[in-house]
Amino acid sequence: MKRTGSQAIWEALVGEGVETVFGYPGGAIMPAYDAMPGYPIRHVLVRHEQGAAHMADGYARASGKVGVAIATSGPGATNLVTGIATAMMDSSPIVCITGQVSSAVLGSDAFQETDITGVTLPITKHNYLVTKAEEIYPTLREAFHLARSGRPGPVHVDITKDAQQATFEFHPGDGPPPRSGRKLRPSPPADLDRAAALIDGAERPLILAGQGIVRSGSSEALVEFAEKTSVPVACTLLGLGGFPASHPLSLGMMGMHGEAWVNKAIQEADLLVALGMRFDDRVTGKLSTYAVNARKIHVEIDPSEINKNVKVDVALMGDAAWALRELHGRVRSRPRAAWHGRIAEMKGDSAVRDIQTLPPSGRLFAAHVLHDLWRLTGGRALVVTDVGQHQMWEAQYYKHERPRSLITSGGLGTMGFALPAAIGARFARPDDEIWVVAGDGGFQMTACELSTCAQENLKLNVAIINNGYLGMVRQWQEFFYSRRYVATPLISPDFVKLAEAHGLLGLRVTAREEVEGAVARAQKAPCTAVVDFRVEQEDSVYPMVPSNSDLRDMIRRPTPMLETGSDP
Amino acid sequence: MKTAVAHTFVATVEDRPGALNRVVSLFRRRGFNISSLTVATTEAPGVSRITLVVNSDADTARRVQANLEKLVDVLQVQDLTGAAAVAREFALVKARVQPDKRAEVLRLCGLFRARVVDVSPATLTVEITGAPEKVDALVEVIRPYGIAEMVRTGPLAMGRGAEVTELKVQAEMAA
Repeated sequence: MKRTGSQAIWEALVGEGVETVFGYPGGAIMPAYDAMPGYPIRHVLVRHEQGAAHMADGYARASGKVGVAIATSGPGATNLVTGIATAMMDSSPIVCITGQVSSAVLGSDAFQETDITGVTLPITKHNYLVTKAEEIYPTLREAFHLARSGRPGPVHVDITKDAQQATFEFHPGDGPPPRSGRKLRPSPPADLDRAAALIDGAERPLILAGQGIVRSGSSEALVEFAEKTSVPVACTLLGLGGFPASHPLSLGMMGMHGEAWVNKAIQEADLLVALGMRFDDRVTGKLSTYAVNARKIHVEIDPSEINKNVKVDVALMGDAAWALRELHGRVRSRPRAAWHGRIAEMKGDSAVRDIQTLPPSGRLFAAHVLHDLWRLTGGRALVVTDVGQHQMWEAQYYKHERPRSLITSGGLGTMGFALPAAIGARFARPDDEIWVVAGDGGFQMTACELSTCAQENLKLNVAIINNGYLGMVRQWQEFFYSRRYVATPLISPDFVKLAEAHGLLGLRVTAREEVEGAVARAQKAPCTAVVDFRVEQEDSVYPMVPSNSDLRDMIRRPTPMLETGSDP
Repeated sequence: MKTAVAHTFVATVEDRPGALNRVVSLFRRRGFNISSLTVATTEAPGVSRITLVVNSDADTARRVQANLEKLVDVLQVQDLTGAAAVAREFALVKARVQPDKRAEVLRLCGLFRARVVDVSPATLTVEITGAPEKVDALVEVIRPYGIAEMVRTGPLAMGRGAEVTELKVQAEMAA
């Protein structure tokens, strides 16, 4: 049968089970858009292509399926770049399709021409420039396969306008099968035995659970493994939700803004079992002092991560589901009471500094808002955060029980991520309660997507943790730059009016007593609701391990903490 | 203390647009230092062979290999460092040789089985093929006379013996 290249694009997407794409049309992708109405795919018109890439990413993280973003050549394509890099750093499977100028004028600096495959090469798992109609279908099939297989990630397919327009004889079954990325050499049983022996012999072991737990769907296997071995579990930021926060063996988050007892436990541990995490510098602090007393087992699907930052004793190549399955039968049950006692002691020491345990002062702290949000949503919401102080408070005070209940930009730390990622998540999880948690700075980077919420009739709840500063930068200025607040005070628009201007609900909260009512009103609203939480302006995230420091060298919340309110 | 030594890798890659660019880009962004890189065709249609020499410690070398293997266009990567392998390099050396020294230099070149490919009143250009150490040795012998210009290909390497991996592009492998 005869098909155009444009039709081949949609045939491929439908064949991959795609139901929703996020995009923005333009000259070089117009043939593809023109062919779209013939296919059962919903297109979400974004307001900026960065939003399209974040939406595809949010969709992928919320669903476990591949998200799709579409843009035109030149500026449309370059606007995707931040979103692609975000997906790359957090191993999120997305396919980005861009139009390109016709092959006859490639390389001539034609109108809206960019060497976009040159630009995306280092921030994708793989990319393609397709110049022939008959190559579109097999290329897209391979792109989807690569995006979701192995360590997932973004794949970019750039398609020239003439390839979209050309007609060819289409046989979907023809053509080579998709190529794979790297083929994993599974670890031999001897390595699994060595790992099991290390676990059996450890007096003070810890499991470090990363996003690999979520991606491999092994949360339950992790619970069973931890319970059998009595090994406490700490999570990375992206691992939160991979192990239920309410579980007695759950320690909480590790790293720069991790719980004090977690970082101390890491430094005292004699064994770390790292599952699907990559020893990021925000997790390790200073490498030369990181967990020097501990042997290390690293379960990792990407062999290039082994010994990259931290030298390990046993590397197990494969996903966390495989490793937990293999290890479960090999390890012994042990109570490890002394170690649990020691951790409880460290926890008790920290609890007295927790802002939640302090008497009310009449002021609204971000931690109160996040704690209340957790309580009022029963801990069951899907939370999508932006990047900064609010992100860390969310990680500390919203207790995640289930995998894929937190979506956040970890590796790249992309401000502006939250609102578009939540829009993408909404299409993956139509029935779940979704809360965007963003700062006043990051929210404004992609606030234009409120218009997308309105046009698509989307129901989201947005909590803006508004402190009038680029808060995390201000915090660093307070700690490390002698309180010179250069370029961090921020004047924002009236977020209530901004929401109303989009036909959405806008609310403002200035006191803790108002939180509950505002959350309830937001939840009940049929449309997207924006709640502007006016929180303490100069509060900081504690504890904090300064960059490249020993994990024990934490800056702790000053007691009494109320001093923070009157900082100059 | 980590000690850097020369690690030789042979990567076979599918001959697709940008494949070399992907390899080079990987080295650039990961900060791996390439001392030499050669690319050429192989016995298999559609497959090119890249010989890479990297000065690094053993850990970094392992990560170089793991990162290369992640590239979709890369079919396989062999680490020939310390393995039974043949490595050969080609060089052209233009030496500043006045007529009175010409015979002397020619005699030295003869010892290395280097061939003269051009002579001018003030220069002598020789070609040499051999193990990289042999090329190094010739260069050092000529250096006192003055080297006007020199180019080396960097080594090409191949494992010794009968063991070979048949090369096919991935699409054919799966078919």
